[in-house]
Amino acid sequence: MKKYVCTPCGYVYDPAVGDPGHGVPPGTPWEKVPEDWSCPVCGVGKDMFEPES
Amino acid sequence: MKGPFQAVKVTDKVYWVGAIDWDIRDFHGYATSRGTTYNAYLVMADKPTLIDTVKAPFTDEMLSRISSVCDPKSIRTIVSNHSEMDHSGALPRVIELIKPEKVLASAMGVKALNAHFHWDVPVQAVKDGEKLDLGGERLAFIESRMVHWPDSMFSYLEGAGVLFSNDGFGMHLASSLRFDDETPERYDEAAKYYANILLPFSDIVLALLDKLAKSGLAPKMIAPDHGPIWRQDAAKIVSLWGEWARQKPRNKAVVVFDTMWGSTDKLARAAAEGLIAAGVKTLVMPLRGNHRSDVASELLEAGALLVGSPTINKQVFPTVADVLSYLKGLRRKNLVGAAFGSYGWAGESLKQVQDALTEMGVATVEPVKCQYVPDAAALDAAYGMGQKVAARLKEAMR
Repeated sequence: MKKYVCTPCGYVYDPAVGDPGHGVPPGTPWEKVPEDWSCPVCGVGKDMFEPES
Repeated sequence: MKGPFQAVKVTDKVYWVGAIDWDIRDFHGYATSRGTTYNAYLVMADKPTLIDTVKAPFTDEMLSRISSVCDPKSIRTIVSNHSEMDHSGALPRVIELIKPEKVLASAMGVKALNAHFHWDVPVQAVKDGEKLDLGGERLAFIESRMVHWPDSMFSYLEGAGVLFSNDGFGMHLASSLRFDDETPERYDEAAKYYANILLPFSDIVLALLDKLAKSGLAPKMIAPDHGPIWRQDAAKIVSLWGEWARQKPRNKAVVVFDTMWGSTDKLARAAAEGLIAAGVKTLVMPLRGNHRSDVASELLEAGALLVGSPTINKQVFPTVADVLSYLKGLRRKNLVGAAFGSYGWAGESLKQVQDALTEMGVATVEPVKCQYVPDAAALDAAYGMGQKVAARLKEAMR
């Protein structure tokens, strides 16, 4: 599953890890991450993420 | 606590109580050739409120300015719009001294302040859009995440229409004068500040400007945490930020290089002549005399970047590596450019510069390199490279 990078702060969303601290269990693909989820490091929304190159 | 320092009245109820740093010339790697100010503001509502503080060594200066208006211990609320230490450094001492009822920050600000001071101060989080009654005055909070830190927040004093914008719309400029109309240097320094601090977050800046426009707020004044208060040109600085954030290429080239025996210098000048002949305003910036932050600043309103480096022990020259690393972090968009350099044996640096430009997203033309000292053919090639960059720039500007 593809990883996504937060463009402002560089945090990488790894679907294998998810973001369990904020209600996203491990194994959640990017498309299934809730639209109101935000970067756990800098707080910007999903629209500020880009696929990892 | 009284001292020689005086507050400056901004509106009937708002006073500037910050500090002037006449000394600073290196602000975390940014050349602050005109020093800076750390602006803090006192709102004299029924519950006096302090918005932001100053860098720790300037705490006494701020307290002295506050004392020219009121007893600092009468301050009931402190708002921290930004956790960076030039605005929060005085907080621990000030909180201990005045024991405010409330210390407020954004949710990210609470985390950041705690991670700076490792204290037991109960900082309260305010939400985006939340309003606070100060007694006779009302303050609204607007989150401005990543403009330029996760914790960044604006506070808006309703009625008077003052937008306290933390680092937003700020600049590094030490002056005895507090207002934009009194400081003719303002646009150069505002551009430099945008180029060096805000540029990587330009998409977020555009979203924030849009949010402000749609919010219906009509700030009469913008009071940032560095530099003059915008009372005359508030609308103009907002519009300039929009232009800078869009990063449209302009008819200007910046040629940066370093040199060991003058050969890369010769290539740089030949390339510059090619650009100039093609009608491009060109600035040649040898890195022995120009700071990385001035290169970033000049690039803000440019469209082309040409980078030259000699090869030293198979590497890019250190000053060039420095500026490339710095510019890469600033994520400037929409540039055309080229790499060039002289070498003695194998010329490894040219590829390194070329790769760095490619990684930065610069659309490059064929690089030019020469062994030892450029001959007429090498200078022609460099001149031609300048002309090709000029042609690419004209296309990009269409």
